[in-house]
Amino acid sequence: MLGKLSWDVIPFDQPLPMIASAVVALAILGVLAWVFLAGHFPYLWREWITSVDHKRIGVMYTLLALLMLLRGFSDAVMMRSQQALAFQAPGYLPPDHFNQVFSAHGTIMIFFGAMPFVIGLMNLVVPLQLGVRDVAFPTLNSVSFWLTATGALLVNISLVIGEFARTGWLPYPPLSETAYSPGVGVDYYLWAVQISGVGTLLTGINFVTTILKMRAPGMSYLRMSMFCWTSLAASLLIVAAFPILTATLAMLTLDRYFGFHFFTNEAGGNMLMFVNLIWAWGHPEVYILVLPAFGIFSEVISTFSSKPLFGYRSMVAATLFICIVSFMVWLHHFFTMGAGADVNAAFGIATSIIAVGTGVKIYNWMFTMYGGRIRFATPMLWSLGFMVTFVIGGMTGVLLAVPPADFLLHNSLFLVAHFHNVIIGGVLFGAFAGYTYWFPKAFGFRLHEGWGKLAFWLTLIGFYVTFVPLYAVGLLGMTRRMQHFDVSAWYPWVLAAGVGMLITTAGVVAQIVQLVVSIRQRAALRDATGDPWDGRSLEWATPSPPPVFNFAALPHVEGEEPYWSIKQRAREQNRLRDEPDYEPIEMPRNSPTGFICAFFATVMGFALIWHIWWMVALGALGALATFVVFAWRDIPEYVIPAAEVARIDRANRSARREALVTYTGPRP
Amino acid sequence: MLLRVIVRNCAAIRLGCLGATILLVGLLAGCQGGVLDPQGPVGAAQRTILLNSVAIMLAIVIPTIVATLGFAWWFRETNTRARYLPEWAYSGRIELVVWSIPILVILFLSGIIWIGSHDLDPMKPLDSQQKPLEVQVVSLDWKWLFIYPEQNVASINQLVVPAGRPVHFSLTSASVMNAFFVPQLGGMIYTMNGMTTQLHLQADQLGEFYGRSAHFSGDGFPGMQFVLHAVAADAFDAFVNSARSQGQALDKASYQELARQSIDVPPSTYRSVEPDLFHEIATQGVPPAPGPQAGRPEPSVSPATGG
Ligand code: HEM
Ligand SMILES: [Cu+2]
Repeated sequence: MLGKLSWDVIPFDQPLPMIASAVVALAILGVLAWVFLAGHFPYLWREWITSVDHKRIGVMYTLLALLMLLRGFSDAVMMRSQQALAFQAPGYLPPDHFNQVFSAHGTIMIFFGAMPFVIGLMNLVVPLQLGVRDVAFPTLNSVSFWLTATGALLVNISLVIGEFARTGWLPYPPLSETAYSPGVGVDYYLWAVQISGVGTLLTGINFVTTILKMRAPGMSYLRMSMFCWTSLAASLLIVAAFPILTATLAMLTLDRYFGFHFFTNEAGGNMLMFVNLIWAWGHPEVYILVLPAFGIFSEVISTFSSKPLFGYRSMVAATLFICIVSFMVWLHHFFTMGAGADVNAAFGIATSIIAVGTGVKIYNWMFTMYGGRIRFATPMLWSLGFMVTFVIGGMTGVLLAVPPADFLLHNSLFLVAHFHNVIIGGVLFGAFAGYTYWFPKAFGFRLHEGWGKLAFWLTLIGFYVTFVPLYAVGLLGMTRRMQHFDVSAWYPWVLAAGVGMLITTAGVVAQIVQLVVSIRQRAALRDATGDPWDGRSLEWATPSPPPVFNFAALPHVEGEEPYWSIKQRAREQNRLRDEPDYEPIEMPRNSPTGFICAFFATVMGFALIWHIWWMVALGALGALATFVVFAWRDIPEYVIPAAEVARIDRANRSARREALVTYTGPRP
Repeated sequence: MLLRVIVRNCAAIRLGCLGATILLVGLLAGCQGGVLDPQGPVGAAQRTILLNSVAIMLAIVIPTIVATLGFAWWFRETNTRARYLPEWAYSGRIELVVWSIPILVILFLSGIIWIGSHDLDPMKPLDSQQKPLEVQVVSLDWKWLFIYPEQNVASINQLVVPAGRPVHFSLTSASVMNAFFVPQLGGMIYTMNGMTTQLHLQADQLGEFYGRSAHFSGDGFPGMQFVLHAVAADAFDAFVNSARSQGQALDKASYQELARQSIDVPPSTYRSVEPDLFHEIATQGVPPAPGPQAGRPEPSVSPATGG
């Protein structure tokens, strides 16, 4: 009846996960109880859960990402403290637990932390920057988000019911095959990643369509903002790469569930095929993460230098170059598996060629600052921290792309330091820059600068104090994923990394405090005009937060920096543009499709993990039925009357007029 | 102007240099055992390539970092002496330079990659007057089996080789993937069931060198370590003789026993080895080693039940 499920699978005898999950469960229940008792549920349901508004979905993605970053971060704290205690000692986490922790850490950080963060910012910003009202497929967008949330939920359920994978964030066979991992851990991994992967693929399709097909009048490709370009590149990579992941994991699933032999030791299975395929997705994946971050930095550096982006066309070229070459380098993840010298050399060279595109970008950002008037607001600090840090991470990456050097460094903590160097210093700093930069757009008030700067410095210092020792100890031959170790030369470095973790923790706390303080002081931090940073791209032409329809009248784009030219003209003439002719606007109706579909997907995923076949059928049928019902809907849209559009736009115009009158900066 | 910016940032740079020096001194002092302290020709050559590549890249990385910070500081909003160029967004000449610098560096590095990959191909025999010692390596859950086919002995979690003589390793795995890694000798390589990889190494001096698995292989992974003893030729013979005179014989039956999962296995030796055992393992003539379910009726589903 209940497949493999029984009371034994709940680790009652292990206080750590039990207490942790009890606290989390209580917190969730508390929030839910409060929501229902205080009567907030209808609001949440109407305005958020069933919303198909790209801005709302973007906010929910970001919230999910922040929560999962916290979860992943607590895993990191456990790993660092375990290793600090485990020199010639067992530490406090037994191997089976420690191995779950690092596997969950990687999985959560990549799939449920970094990915939703960049996708959330893309959702919030891309339609605004394109000057349109929504993405191409708004309901599909909601489905994407809720499927991602399903994956995140499944990973967290594994904390209490059963176990998570103990195979690392990429479950290399044969270790991940039933013979060596008979438990449900790998199955949790597989279904969580598969289900959220569907969501990601749909996002990719949605954004490729949106960017290629739905730009404001006059916005040719070469007038799109850099963030739109990098989002397009990332979405193209998603569309091209995620099917590989899905197929690869599907094969592993067939191995595990039906005794196939794609990757097993026996019966002609080939584990190297898995390694090839997973990295054919995995390397593009790192660029899916970092390209949007590059876009954010381009926006931020140009805005806070009060200058256009230097070498725009060169930046576009570099982005597309990276996009294409990132599919031709995957073998650098296994130089040490004994491919011949020609193969290793070819992939090593291809890999270092990617660094050319990245190098060009760094120089263009530098020259964007040249001749600027740089304001060191928090987003700009993250960007500067990124430029310095990422150059170092890129350098160690190229070093690892030299096969004879990789023979010494592969799978050591040097490698771990490299990819944290680029993922924290690149993706995360970018996401935090974007978060502080666009927060006022999403909520109508800025984040507190003081706490933001403190968070930046603590995170930056914490990063270096954690990962410079890991580079060093990697050079001393320490390998990754060790539950305990016996070599005394490694010990001081491991301790130093632990100290870095403490500093980083302070940074995380500062970030949380910043949010709380900002919410409490929101009146003082109010962004009345919708243009708090003296921005240059179209999202700043809308009120903060923007109305559902974004633009009262779609803007006509006449150059690379559409909003900047509108603003300059207004400053020149000391008056706003004429009021547009307000017309009624059609917007897509809310739909619970995404949420209900994800509910059934959760049921199905859970049932698949535990082999509860009737429940699998139930979940699959439910999800299918949801789609059918959605497909048969008769009224897909509703109309916002012209008077309402006019009212909202006039309010914003008057705020902007006031700002224009009191403006004291340079006028053209 | 730029110069002045750089001078102004001197303090920061000096601080950075100080940090780097401390790190370097720390590394060199605590270096024994690391990849920067090689004890054989392969490791030494790889270290040279590593350091050369870093040096080449630092030549542009350091100026880039300095210029980034310098530009950011000089063009700060409050600096009234800095020129403001609100429209300046393109310069063909700068674009040219911006693309050329990384391309030139990568061209240079590509040369190193191509030549280095061929010179240090793990399959390539080392230049030496002496015939290489043959060692067959099998990674098991969770210990290393080293077979000396010419001497017909084997050892667990310890590797004895004559110093100054090349060693030719053939490697495979009895179950899951691992990676054979002796940091001070260089040249990590994977072990995979059903496949054989090759590696040539040599220890120049007498000494004891730490080795371990570099690829995560399950619960017993931290204990998959061994000491490589590089000894004089006669000491090696003595080791072989003493191994021959004691311990079990490694035949199919004792191999089955050995292949079971076990953790933190102390070093030991086998007096003899069934001929062709390595070949049988590598070609799955003996089946892959069992996983955790061996001897356990129920597949474990929870950390509570272990496994
Ligand atoms: C300058 C560009 C880069 C180069 C040349 C580069 C090169 C490499 C190489 C050669 C490896 C494999 C090393 C090994 O396994 O021994 C590697 C690993 C890795 N890189 Fe990079 N990298 C670059 C940028 C990035 C970026 C931007 C990201 C992410 C945003 C990233 C994320 C990773 C990750 C996650 C791994 C290790 C995955 C694992 O083994 O679990 N890299 N990189
Ligand atoms: Cu890669």
